[in-house]
Amino acid sequence: MTDTTATPAKSGIRISGAFHRLLAFSGLIALVVVFSLASPNFMQTQNVLAILQATSVNGVLAIAATLVIITGGIDLSVGTLMTFCAVITGVVLTNLCMPLPLGILASILAGSFCGLISGVIIAKLKVPPFIATLGMMLILKGLSLVISGTKPIYFNDTPGFDQIARGSLVEAILPAVPLPNGVLILFAVAIFAAFVLSKTALGRYTFALGSNEEAVRLSGVNVDRWKIAVYALAGSICGVAGLLIASRLNSAQPALGQGYELDAIAAVVIGGTSLSGGRGTVLGTLIGALIISVLANGLRILSVAQEWQTVVTGSIIILAVYADILRRRTL
Amino acid sequence: MLTPAPTAVSSSADAASIPLVDMVGIDKSFPGVRALSQARFELKAGEVHALMGENGAGKSTLMKILSGVYSRDAGSIRLNGQPVDIVSPRQAQDMGIGIIHQELALMRDLTAAQNIFIGREPRRFGLLDEGALNRAAQAIFDSMNLRLSPTVLVESLTIAKQQMVEIAKALSYRSRVLIMDEPTAALNDAEIAELFTIINRLKAEGVGIVYISHKMDEIKRISDRVTVMRDGEYVGTVPAADTPIETIISMMVGRTLTNEALDIPNTAANPVALDVRGLNRGREIRDVSFSVRKGEILGLAGLMGAGRTEVARAIFGADPRDSGDIWVNGSRVGISSPTDAVRAGIGYLSEDRKHFGLATGLDVRNNIALASLERFVGPGGVINDGAMHETAEKYIRQLTIKTPSDTQEARLLSGGNQQKVVIAKWLLRDCDILIFDEPTRGIDVGAKAEIYKLLNALAEQGRAIIVISSELPEILRLSHRIAVMCEGRLTGTLPGGTSQEEIMRLATLREAAMAVRHAG
Repeated sequence: MTDTTATPAKSGIRISGAFHRLLAFSGLIALVVVFSLASPNFMQTQNVLAILQATSVNGVLAIAATLVIITGGIDLSVGTLMTFCAVITGVVLTNLCMPLPLGILASILAGSFCGLISGVIIAKLKVPPFIATLGMMLILKGLSLVISGTKPIYFNDTPGFDQIARGSLVEAILPAVPLPNGVLILFAVAIFAAFVLSKTALGRYTFALGSNEEAVRLSGVNVDRWKIAVYALAGSICGVAGLLIASRLNSAQPALGQGYELDAIAAVVIGGTSLSGGRGTVLGTLIGALIISVLANGLRILSVAQEWQTVVTGSIIILAVYADILRRRTL
Repeated sequence: MLTPAPTAVSSSADAASIPLVDMVGIDKSFPGVRALSQARFELKAGEVHALMGENGAGKSTLMKILSGVYSRDAGSIRLNGQPVDIVSPRQAQDMGIGIIHQELALMRDLTAAQNIFIGREPRRFGLLDEGALNRAAQAIFDSMNLRLSPTVLVESLTIAKQQMVEIAKALSYRSRVLIMDEPTAALNDAEIAELFTIINRLKAEGVGIVYISHKMDEIKRISDRVTVMRDGEYVGTVPAADTPIETIISMMVGRTLTNEALDIPNTAANPVALDVRGLNRGREIRDVSFSVRKGEILGLAGLMGAGRTEVARAIFGADPRDSGDIWVNGSRVGISSPTDAVRAGIGYLSEDRKHFGLATGLDVRNNIALASLERFVGPGGVINDGAMHETAEKYIRQLTIKTPSDTQEARLLSGGNQQKVVIAKWLLRDCDILIFDEPTRGIDVGAKAEIYKLLNALAEQGRAIIVISSELPEILRLSHRIAVMCEGRLTGTLPGGTSQEEIMRLATLREAAMAVRHAG
């Protein structure tokens, strides 16, 4: 309510985003401290690497979701699109016996194509993003099952495929730190997305669309084209996630995927990106994704039942957003 | 194509012969409304040309056509004597036509410089060149003599500074025509002076400025000529300096509308139903006090943005108020939500029926019962549909709501009948104080007369009624007393049957003028 009225000028510095990220970051540190004190196993190198590895898929999906959410939209199809891309890779590598680089390319192209379709449906047909991507989520879930014949596709014939996520280039240089490649890919995607958001026209329009789409249109910008581009980019990032998950499982599991979109959106929201658009950061999303995996891992180490983990995650989402509302009210 | 942006000297030389902009015979219709009919407008280089008219006269529509937001149905537009077709905002910008919209069209989450160059960001190696962007914005700010950092976020700026960013954006297109739609609506006196300094500088550089405003004193101060529109048509163009304000107002309201003899009942002896004392809310409502007696219709007049709806919403508890007391039937009531207001017997009929007044998906019966549902809850919590049906039928007869049955979906009714359904809802809830916000908006002429009759009948039955309307004839036809607002203040109360001129005078009475009046 107060958001739409004129905010009095206090200072030129944006406090909101930075504050929320600080809050999320302190939350993450607090969780790490608590779990370290509670269990000596938590800070073991193996466990830290496991947490990072577990973050990689959700982190990449959450970055895709971040781009779309900053435009003021939403993408519910990120999870099943990831699976669809994995299945496409399986078809290319295992069924068609193509070389590895073509499989990687196929996954990313399939992702950007599906994102493009979502974008066209949203921008040109004016279907609300929630509905368009809900439909896309179900379509892709079905197509993955149809294409794979409902059976997993294994990558046993493509040596090295499992190394995409599970191998460790870092270990080759620093034997003490066997950081999995999946985590490197997550960081690479994060740096790429942060670069796009801050340095390219696409990034500028991503924020502008979420801030005031009508104003962008009145400025003579081709709003539809840029909106479609954002969904396509988000789709190609889902393609990367598809490669990651397929490599980790050394197979494309067609029944997987649904539910991942909610974890991704949760990470985005905990990271301080506004669901109403116009503001958000990749760094925040990374922290959000880490909070979710640290929680899951820590609670597991403390032998808390898995059922309770989702209860805690849900509460954290509400708390994170409430903290933001509280701050806006008092400022 | 157009001639490249000429220097100030050559453009003022042009001005003598060929106008910068010449719009003739412009027609524009929207579904169900004729917005413009044979409208015209002429702008010379280096002049400030005020465009005036009542709400809905077609000023904004005409300027949206010039700036490519709307396309015209008929008529011609000449720019520097060349016929042009303006089909998009982008094209208008390329032709040097900039517009500053009434609702500022800025992206709050971006910086000032990013806003100014949206869609035209300077790039280097394909990437955004933020340094060049900020330097270019700084250069424009410097030329405007404006102290503002290009990297400041727009959301942290005051409305006045945001307006300056809009002007800088328009200038960055080398605009030779600058349209300002109510630019001072949200500015204080110091900020207005700042704006006028910039306008005068632009004028000296040969920019032609279209200045849409309701405020007479500003028009006199800043503009060279005044064009008046009424009901989508051109009325006339007069020099600003030598034309008395009264003449301009009479051009705006016209003489064609006759006032039907108004029968004002004597309600002076009736008890006060609603008493509002010292109502404040930000800068929208400033120290507003008034009262309404039983059986009285109080008109609340004022221009767009004067704060009438805000007052209504504050009384109804829909928006929080900073201070102020509300008394109903002689006792103070604490109203902090619409629930409290309804309990106190106050009903509010919003100007936006579809959004706030009517549950369009529900049928007529449920809409009427919506605010009083607990009356129809029988044993075991089950709703007594029979009783609800009887009640709905009663109101359908009483208010002559035209509907095939009480199970018709409300959205399928005509505007006038929808309004009656909302009235029925509040009557059933025993609301004896009814606030009507634009009761006849979107309602055809025949149905209007019926709504008027209904409002009179409600008053005769002893209800206290407040009518908010932007249509002066409507206010004059209905009100027993008229309170006029300007910029959040109550600038005066007039007896019913007063003249449109008198209302307009109070509705354009600015703060400064008020101070003089009080002192004198």
